[in-house]
Amino acid sequence: MKQQIAEIIENKNIARSIWQMRIRFPEAFDVKAGQFVQISLPGRFLRRPISICDMDGDVMTLVYKVVGGGTDQMTRLAEGEQLDVLAPLGNGYDLDQIPEGAALVGGGVGVPPMYCLAKAIADKKPVVYLGFASEEEVFFKEAFEALGVETHLNIGGYVTDDVPDGAYICACGPEVMLRAANAKAADGQYSFEARMACGFGACMGCSMHVKDGYKRVCKDGPVIGKEELAW
Amino acid sequence: MVESRKTPDMSVDLAGMHLDNPVIPASGTFGFGREYADLYDLNILGSISFKGTTRDPRYGNELPRIAECTAGMINSVGLQNPGLEAVLAEELPALAKIYSKKVIANISGFSVDEYVACAEAFDQADQVGILEINVSCPNVHGGGIAFGQDPKEAARVTAAVRKAAKKPIFIKLSPNVTDIAEIAKACEAAGADGISLVNTFLGARIDIKRRAFVIANKKGGFSGPAIFPIAVRMVNDVYNAVDLPIMGMGGIASAEDVIEMIMAGADAIQIGAANLVDPWVCKKIIERLPSLMEELGISSLKEIKGCAK
Ligand SMILES: Cc1cc2nc3c(=O)[nH]c(=O)nc-3n(C[C@H](O)[C@H](O)[C@H](O)COP(=O)(O)OP(=O)(O)OC[C@H]3O[C@@H](n4cnc5c(N)ncnc54)[C@H](O)[C@@H]3O)c2cc1C
Ligand SMILES: Cc1cc2nc3c(=O)[nH]c(=O)nc-3n(C[C@H](O)[C@H](O)[C@H](O)COP(=O)(O)O)c2cc1C
Ligand code: FES
Repeated sequence: MKQQIAEIIENKNIARSIWQMRIRFPEAFDVKAGQFVQISLPGRFLRRPISICDMDGDVMTLVYKVVGGGTDQMTRLAEGEQLDVLAPLGNGYDLDQIPEGAALVGGGVGVPPMYCLAKAIADKKPVVYLGFASEEEVFFKEAFEALGVETHLNIGGYVTDDVPDGAYICACGPEVMLRAANAKAADGQYSFEARMACGFGACMGCSMHVKDGYKRVCKDGPVIGKEELAW
Repeated sequence: MVESRKTPDMSVDLAGMHLDNPVIPASGTFGFGREYADLYDLNILGSISFKGTTRDPRYGNELPRIAECTAGMINSVGLQNPGLEAVLAEELPALAKIYSKKVIANISGFSVDEYVACAEAFDQADQVGILEINVSCPNVHGGGIAFGQDPKEAARVTAAVRKAAKKPIFIKLSPNVTDIAEIAKACEAAGADGISLVNTFLGARIDIKRRAFVIANKKGGFSGPAIFPIAVRMVNDVYNAVDLPIMGMGGIASAEDVIEMIMAGADAIQIGAANLVDPWVCKKIIERLPSLMEELGISSLKEIKGCAK
């Protein structure tokens, strides 16, 4: 993890309440699919955790949904402005565990990290399932298709209904979706969310019960394996 | 010719423990140092107050545990810690590898016996310089809060720990009281070697869309820059009431804040929530202090303790 001052090179509305921001770092660094960043916003005490959607050299793509004051403030940041970020944070997906043809399931703002993951394992021919609440909220369908991966879209229903039973599932989305995915999965890894203070493991603000004890979502997660869950 | 001035003296003494500088990360915001050791050499710190330890391991409260506030945050971690045995066997040896100076053992308890058990054990650890007795954690039902809010109970814990341990004991006070000086005096009379203050203020946030408290436990401990003026006032109240060294904290986020807290009556200071949003903040403050002292004409921090007129 490093504290970095990145420059905003793009910040645009791509679907209803959904914005895409691209930021350029002083230098390129490696990230893992499933990792996130903590963004500092002027006038707000805590940083905002946002998943890494893509990293191309020194340019990172973030996709965020406006849900409150902080994300609303982000929409007003302009090209050329600077952003104070801690990055990269969290463990990320264990790519070696993911077999050929795994199902990658993203719901709403759980879609962005699935893009990063699909790109990293495109050669393993994953099958992507994207779920959105409505037509107006759909984003990134073409971006997934451009990776050459099979991509299914579910609008207004349960995205997990489309996923075959017994699949290896990587998923990011609301907890109800993760539970539904877990009920179908033979095995898998899921990204979790929690209200965070530090985002780097120091405060115990985010620790979640697992089978043998607890895990800090920010540091030991946000990606947690099926076998570790207490569900 | 202008004579080159001596570098300002940042060292301080806390009940016999010598610190190279007054900057100490506050308990609960620095874990056992590991996460920060990846970021900078911790040996620059005056000391470290490690995560509040209880006799038994504790998971703590349900999630969500964190709520944002203007210039601060509420936490309801609920004293999650691996318990006394694991701290002694695993955390302290690991901490010794990344930090070679003496540390401050922050102890919590739900009964006098529990405080005594922890104090006795940490008293035997060479690595520990000071025992900091948290009689103030507001997070746990029927827990520490009772001790810190009643002068008689605070004195009862102090006296019991005093009997059990030889190392200096600092009682860490709750600010959720009407007259904090009265509690400090009771601890002094019962044998405390110093006072730490303040712990977090009880607070709450409500999500108006969901008509529900943000935090699972509804109420939690409020800290961060927003509480700084209240902390300065309370440190000064205690400074005026007792004749003991003081570790002052609450909302400190800059070198200027450090000087202000010392002028209010603190000997050393602790930094809590600020570490969570700027993990390098203690390093930045330690690097900034000498030049700030020069700008203010301060040659030694010991000279300015409680100097505010
Ligand atoms: C690991 C991780 C990755 C995430 N990735 C993305 C992403 O790629 N795109 C995206 O749109 N959102 C993502 N989120 C959710 C995002 O962090 C919140 O929507 C955002 O913090 C809301 O801030 P706000 O100020 O607009 O909302 P407010 O409700 O005003 O925020 C108040 C406080 O609550 C916190 N908070 C509110 N909602 C959430 C939430 N769902 N999760 C965690 N903290 C929350 C805020 O950080 C802030 O501290 C992620 C969350 C986590 C934990
Ligand atoms: C996440 C968090 C956890 C804390 N845990 C403890 C603890 O275990 N023991 C304790 O004595 N104080 C604990 N505190 C209180 C701090 O040590 C400090 O007294 C308080 O936060 C005020 O300082 P600040 O405003 O700089 O944060 C905690 C504070 C925070 C923010
Ligand atoms: S948010 Fe601080 S430990 Fe996870």
